[in-house]
Amino acid sequence: MFYREAGQFKTTYNADQAIFPISQDRWFVTAVVLFAFLGVPLLAGQYLFTEVLIPVLILAIAAIGLNILTGYCGQLSLGTGGFMAVGAYAAYNLALRLPELNIIVVFLLAGVMAMLVGLLFGLPSLRIKGFYLAVATLASQFFLEWAFARVKWFTNYAPSGSVAVGKIEFFGFPIETPMQKYLFVLTLVVVFALVAKNLVRSRIGRMWMATRDMDIAAEIIGIRPLTAKLSAFAISSFYIGVAGALWGFLRLGAWEPLAFDINRSFQVLFMIIIGGLGSILGSFLGAAFIVLTPIFLNQLPSWLGIPLSTAAISHIEFMVFGALIVFFLIIEPHGLARLWAIGKEKLRLWPFPY
Amino acid sequence: MLGPIIETFIGGLLTGILYSLVALGFVLIFKASGVFNFAQGAMVLFAALSLARLSEVMPLYIALPLTIAIMVALAYAIEFLVLRPLINQEGIILFMATLGVANFLDGFGQTVWGSDIYKIDLGMPKNPIFIFESVFPGGLLIDPSELIAAVICAVLVVVLAIFFQVTRVGRALRAVADDHQAAQSVGIPLNQIWLMVWAVAGIVALVAGMMWGAKLGVQFSLALVALKALPVLILGGFTSIPGAIIGGLIIGAGEKLAEVILGPVLIRAFDLAGGGIENWFAYVLALMFLLVRPQGLFGEKIIERV
Repeated sequence: MFYREAGQFKTTYNADQAIFPISQDRWFVTAVVLFAFLGVPLLAGQYLFTEVLIPVLILAIAAIGLNILTGYCGQLSLGTGGFMAVGAYAAYNLALRLPELNIIVVFLLAGVMAMLVGLLFGLPSLRIKGFYLAVATLASQFFLEWAFARVKWFTNYAPSGSVAVGKIEFFGFPIETPMQKYLFVLTLVVVFALVAKNLVRSRIGRMWMATRDMDIAAEIIGIRPLTAKLSAFAISSFYIGVAGALWGFLRLGAWEPLAFDINRSFQVLFMIIIGGLGSILGSFLGAAFIVLTPIFLNQLPSWLGIPLSTAAISHIEFMVFGALIVFFLIIEPHGLARLWAIGKEKLRLWPFPY
Repeated sequence: MLGPIIETFIGGLLTGILYSLVALGFVLIFKASGVFNFAQGAMVLFAALSLARLSEVMPLYIALPLTIAIMVALAYAIEFLVLRPLINQEGIILFMATLGVANFLDGFGQTVWGSDIYKIDLGMPKNPIFIFESVFPGGLLIDPSELIAAVICAVLVVVLAIFFQVTRVGRALRAVADDHQAAQSVGIPLNQIWLMVWAVAGIVALVAGMMWGAKLGVQFSLALVALKALPVLILGGFTSIPGAIIGGLIIGAGEKLAEVILGPVLIRAFDLAGGGIENWFAYVLALMFLLVRPQGLFGEKIIERV
């Protein structure tokens, strides 16, 4: 009995529809967000910002996007990397060709570009399902990767094929140091997560979930598969596109199409499966897990004092990573978010078993 | 002008057969257990690496059975450690598990066997042969090793077809593919059947690995061949062995012809920095087919009920 919600009565409809109906949850989340805004900038160092916090937050946006499509609407997609690339290159071209645009507008427009491309590649989902669709989304991945590598206009005729972004300014404030980047990304993440959480609780979210659970039944009760599936593709691609733009501008600075190859798609897919399908919290947990595990595995041999070559480390990293995924799937197929829920329930009931 | 195109076409068909060899492993497993086995490419690489490294220290006729034994042991390990604990889970979870297996096998194979480029020498003739020299000027160039691969592939398909249609185990396999529960209730042991299928898929992966390894050298990029087998798979249908073969032929020929005919046109029209449309053309081609027939060319018709 670490906490209990006895005595918390809902007396208004608004209270009934709150995102966190239990006050302990509400306080906990508020505290975490406040700590992320105020505490972390004081405590964290450069390495923590650039290698851990910023990647986790940006990939969490991508994971939320994919979770909307795969976890909520049930359309398995392997094209995440391609859509991230659309966002990144769209932002690059917008910033290059329309320098007077505010950076936030650039990122949002990049998301809109990714959304349009996502709508286009979402069209086959009306006809094909399941793993057939998953393989079909690979078409978008390979096509987009190829397009950004080959069509010279996208890279502004750069001879090496890689692009680099200049200084980023936000209403006159430069975004240069890792801490500034972190705060910028964090603000976006909070807004995007809040919007996503509300979307999936609303009418459109229920449409997605009905389509996921059984699309024919959903169609019969009056949900248009066209609207449901394409809106999921559009919103998911928007999120993924913004994440791609952020990844390019704030994480990489300079990149080639290879930064958004198929491994990126799998990385984000791993995040939502390990984190939990159909859970916004799971997207964050999954992103943290997938970013932290390789860093940890990379450091482990040197901490233990085992001399290993870099090649051997990277192979063993692959091995352990694969084994960990299988292990987690066996332990809890519904992901870290479910483990978190189980843990919370246990804390509530402790010391009694039920 | 016609000569080179026909040559490309034949070359594409022969490469396509190699794609279908990889796709065949996918189909076998999907048919029998409904698992979308993404680890097939990693299995191809692992089998080829094992054979290449073993044949360095022993003659091929010992190395080959040994590699087969390794693949069967691998099938057993996957069945016991991965599939059995995940029984009755949704398709996407099993798919993720095979992604994990693929990661593991890539790392494991390269840790145990090394990560350089190795050679498999099957003693196949290397010199290209020319045919129809009377019809076309200069004749048509054909790589004999690809021709041999095609023959081996044909033999493999016939053997698998006989195995599926005639033998007792084959019948059990088809029963499991139709309905897990019904098969179990008439006394077919599911675990053994799955073990069997994964072992057969492992051996098919070995054959594919041998052929690709002899062609490209055994290296990490071999695992990426699996990505080329996926459009073959959706084109032919996940559950059809003939579909895998015909799909492979269409994809192989289609992408080579596209590279030669469509590639230059695209480069001129859009001022591209080079061709390489092979990478995505197969997928787009398969997608076109899917829009007409959502279950693939030979897939079972999808009947949906609420």
